This record gives sequence, structure tokens and C-alpha cells, in this order.
Amino acid sequence: MCGTCGCGSESSTTITKIGSHEHTHTHGHDHHHHGHDHHHHGHDHHHHHHHGHDHSHGTKTVVDLEADILQNNQILAARNRGYFEAKGMFVINLVSSPGSGKTTFLERTLSDLKEEHDFYVIEGDQQTANDANRIHALNVPVVQVNTGKGCHLESDMIHAAVKQLEPREKSFLMIENVGNLVCPSLFDLGENKRVVIISITEGEDKPIKYPTMFSTSDVCIINKMDLQPYLKADIEKIKDYARQVNPNLLFFEVSATTGEGMEGWYEWLLSNV
Amino acid sequence: MHELSIALGIVDIAEKEVRKAQAIKVDEIELLIGSLSGVELDALNFVWPSAVQDTVLAKAKKSIQYKEAKAKCLECETIFPVENAYDNCPKCGSYFKDVFQGKELKVKRLILEK
Repeated sequence: MCGTCGCGSESSTTITKIGSHEHTHTHGHDHHHHGHDHHHHGHDHHHHHHHGHDHSHGTKTVVDLEADILQNNQILAARNRGYFEAKGMFVINLVSSPGSGKTTFLERTLSDLKEEHDFYVIEGDQQTANDANRIHALNVPVVQVNTGKGCHLESDMIHAAVKQLEPREKSFLMIENVGNLVCPSLFDLGENKRVVIISITEGEDKPIKYPTMFSTSDVCIINKMDLQPYLKADIEKIKDYARQVNPNLLFFEVSATTGEGMEGWYEWLLSNV
Repeated sequence: MHELSIALGIVDIAEKEVRKAQAIKVDEIELLIGSLSGVELDALNFVWPSAVQDTVLAKAKKSIQYKEAKAKCLECETIFPVENAYDNCPKCGSYFKDVFQGKELKVKRLILEK
């Protein structure tokens, strides 16, 4: 069974560089192999048993592990982070619910800044290369990761995707995670900053409904401000709820569609390199 | 449903330890899970049988030590239990807190059969 998507078979994660023919599968299904190893052990064991040579039968060993369950993801995330640091890159992990405007936000940012700075994008979605095609249309190098049934990106996918991108020094890497406010919060990708987007159509109490994502983020983008005349959302209430979960959050109120409020975000983004 | 990823991460750890110790299988496994770890126990228990099927954990007895979250207020240093990530200090009302317990997600102990 696949480590991420839970698929029972070979429909693994695919990583595709848009505009090239490179296409790799990742995310090992080696659990099965381990399982088979075990069967061999088990078989040997029974074999011995039948012949009465089973000296070690029933011997117990206690292993005090204290092992972090997410250690594999964290080790590879640390490796990614070291690579990014050595290259002087700045890496953003963009998270939100589906439909909050992540891709539009990214398109606007890239259109406005790509002439002066190098950008690379990794798009995470369960299916389709639609988002990556939108980024590719802006002539920004992009890799699409399709997670199949998986609900989040993991650090090994980023590791594989970055190899295809071959980013330049002092560039920006924008990772658009799978639209999901729950699962991606647990998986460090090696990013410098995590940016959560909430659109004002989503309801003011979203930050306390999905606290883990807001508590692990550094920046909160409040998007779709152009709809405010119709929605009359209580923006201060959104911020208050978010600050209850994470008092250190930095806020930017923007409309990715009209470009309103994006300057503050750009200023912050560019101050990091 | 990231609990399946979590369960398979546990299987990986167990497989590695069994190989290292040249054991046959795991008899017992003890997990340590904090209330703010982001893992739902019900969901983990639900995916467990399919995750451990045909692995060294297939017949292992699983026990879970559940740890309630605790935080220290960064303003007045009061230590208080945290039920929700958005709880504030009961003494001074501050939301600035250091959650020092309750985020654990660990394989604490394995008992292997040789």
C-alpha cells in the first residue's frame, strides 16, 4: 500500500516537468517488499520449528525506541532545507482549502515579479496538470506533482521535483500544496516559510476550526478582498481568531484578481532574499 | 486521512527494527500520541488493520499512551492544560504560549520476538 495515498496498487505519485518529457514516479511501495521479507523470516522460523531446531523460539527483545513517526519525512525535509540554504534560495509552502485562490495568487505574484527575480513552482494536486499549465503559460519553470489519492505533499516528492527543476542560486521556489487545511500541516517539506491563504468567502472562524494549519504557518494571506462590498466579512474577527491560534502570524489583505494589496506581500517576500 | 501515512510510517520503523535485531516479528508495540499531534485516534485505529497486514506488525498488540497537551504561558509563566490549539492562559489571558507537551507522535517501545 502506498505511503501517502493509501492506494492499494501501483498508481503512485507522478511528478511531471511541464514542457519537457521528464516524468518520474516516486513514493516507494517498498512496504510490500518489507512484508515479503517478513514472510521469508516467518517461513524459515516454521521450517526450523518442524525440525526441532528452534532454540530461539519465544525469546523477546524489548527495544526502547522513542522514534518519531514522521522521522523519514523530517530527515528528507532537513536535507531539502540544506540544499535550499546552500543555493541561497527562499522557499514558500503555500497551503489553504481548495478554492481559496492559491493558484491565482501565485499567478499574480509571478506575473508581477518574474522579470526581476527567478521563480520556480511545484504544483501539488491529486489529479490533472491544470494548475501547472497555468504557471507554464507565464514561462515560469514548473513541475506538477499528482498525488493520486494522497491528500498532501511530502518531502520526498519535493526532493524529486527539485531535481527536475534544477533551480538557480538566489531564486524563489513556490510550492503550492494540495488544497486541504488538515493533512499538509503535519508534513514539513523543507520550506523557509509556510503561507496559509484564507478567502473571505470561507467564514471568519476557519482559523479555529482548522487550528493546526494556522498554528504552523508564518504568514496568513486574506484573499478575495475585492468581494468585500458584497460579503461584508469581519476581517478583524478573522485575524483575532487566527491570532488566538498563532499570535505571531503576519497578515496581508489582498485581492489576487485585482492586485489590490499585493505590494505589501511583495515587499515581505523580497525582503527574505 | 493522513493517519494512513502515519500508520505506514510506524510499519517502516517496526520493519527496520526487526531487521536490525534479526527478529521475526513484533509482539507488542507502544505508541505515544499527544492530544495536539494532529492524529485522530479513531482514524488511526480504523486504518491500522489494513496498514499492518502482511507486515511484522500483523499480529502485534498495539497500545497507545495518550498525552494531554500542556503549555507554559510566555507572559506570566503559568502552566496550564491545553484542550484546543486556541486556548489562552487562564491567569493572564495571553495567547502566547509554549506547548511543551502533547505534540508527541512516537513509537515508544517495541517488544520483538526472536
